[in-house]
Amino acid sequence: MKKEIICISCPNGCTLEVDVEKGKVISVKGSECKKGLEYAKNEILNPLRFVTTTVKITGASLPLLPVRTSKAVPRGLCQKIVKKAAKIEVKSPVKIGQVIAPDILSTGADLIATRSLE
Amino acid sequence: MNLKYDIVIIGAGPAGLAAAVSAKKAGIDKVLIVDRESSAGGILNQCIHNGFGLHKFKEELTGPEYAERYIDLINGTDIKVLLDSCVIDIISSGNEKEVIVLSEEQGLLRISCKAVILAMGCREKNRGNIAIPGSRPAGILTAGFAQKMVNLHGYMPGREVVILGSGDIGLIMARRMSLEGSHVKAVIELQTHPGGLNRNIVQCLQDFDIPLYLSHTISEIRGDRRISSVEVSPVVDRSFPDRTRSFNLDCDTLLLSVGLIPENELSLKAGVQLDNVTRGPIVDGNLMTSVDGIFACGNVLHVHDIVDWVSEEAEYCGRAVASFVKGEIKKGREIPVRTGKMLSYTLPSKVEAGKPAVLSLRVLAPLENLYLCVRTGKDILYKKKFRKIFPSIMQRISLKEVPEDAQYLETYIEN
Repeated sequence: MKKEIICISCPNGCTLEVDVEKGKVISVKGSECKKGLEYAKNEILNPLRFVTTTVKITGASLPLLPVRTSKAVPRGLCQKIVKKAAKIEVKSPVKIGQVIAPDILSTGADLIATRSLE
Repeated sequence: MNLKYDIVIIGAGPAGLAAAVSAKKAGIDKVLIVDRESSAGGILNQCIHNGFGLHKFKEELTGPEYAERYIDLINGTDIKVLLDSCVIDIISSGNEKEVIVLSEEQGLLRISCKAVILAMGCREKNRGNIAIPGSRPAGILTAGFAQKMVNLHGYMPGREVVILGSGDIGLIMARRMSLEGSHVKAVIELQTHPGGLNRNIVQCLQDFDIPLYLSHTISEIRGDRRISSVEVSPVVDRSFPDRTRSFNLDCDTLLLSVGLIPENELSLKAGVQLDNVTRGPIVDGNLMTSVDGIFACGNVLHVHDIVDWVSEEAEYCGRAVASFVKGEIKKGREIPVRTGKMLSYTLPSKVEAGKPAVLSLRVLAPLENLYLCVRTGKDILYKKKFRKIFPSIMQRISLKEVPEDAQYLETYIEN
């Protein structure tokens, strides 16, 4: 079965033609770099995304702290991770890169601060 | 507070920060950055999504992370950053400039300097700019303002959302609003092609099953005190809406992502000439404006899409301003840069013969299978093949040297 997807590894956004048969990627056409091949395999079989959202912070100059997952996680868990993050409250000061919630929803990714705030 | 500096930079966003670091590195002593916000970082602070720094740092950073890289560099120097302060005028007299600043902490300040870098960025087009007919209820916001409210202040603008404009800001907010619990019903786009990056079409629309209506516009806004629905019509020949084929979308919020305007009110006040296409200052090969000693970089000069190029341009500007302040700029023979068909603009509008040049440009419409070229007379100085090229991605061309005897440069497209 042939599927057409847009690669999101970089802003070029190459259109890839992926041939999938019985849950296995047989061929990938149209990528201009190696990242595209990797992306195509993952996207068809197990799409991953970075999650970026905010958590509450008290005692800082702003009420929210921006966070992200330390690596890409299964696409289906994005909404759940944002819902979980919305319930988290941290205290200032926070340093950029600080782990806010380790191994969030057992994805192996930590939720980390993307900004220092105090 | 010291009132005498070598360079004053207006704006502590990515352009201002990079220009400051670069000018300092090039040997300038006293550098001041002025910003009206309470923290440095500019628009990056509200761009909590990732995708920044792929070229500059070979990493996919979020906006705040990218900003903090430069803020850390600033913190390691004696560059002064004056926050909560607004520049209200730039007065040129002889070789000196006087920058008038309204500072929340320090009151009215008159700061003298040898050169100014404009790095004020853009503001967003709003309903008034595109004259959407209908009633004037609450619930209509620009996408960037909604982003500021959601990401910095914790407010949800609404629950049933329609977004006009498929530029990156609109697409990013389609995702953000969805993740934070609202129902984004549609993204409406006037053009025949999406305005933002393909990766955002995938991550922000396809992932959330949000329909994208190309070649459509909003032909009427309805609602009394609060917006209650929009009428969406297909657009004929990219101009007027065909209301006989319209449909309605109920909503309580309309986000507008319909274009950015380089924020040049201050530039005009300072006597700087603007370009009609870019809406930013006309600059030479040193990114100096029509007013001697006033330079420009970043979004205030022309709208960028990738912050990495903003930093590059600002770093180039910082070096040029440093040369200017040191009296080291030796101006060569200036030649005009012409823009060929199917290209919307080329920046800068003039370069110097015998020197290297960096050209930035955009195509007018999405094109396939072509060469992007630069020539002077019959000599072709640059030729790059593209399978696909988009107006939404700015192209940067580095020329090692503009030939000594060149009379003009021309950027053009060849099949």
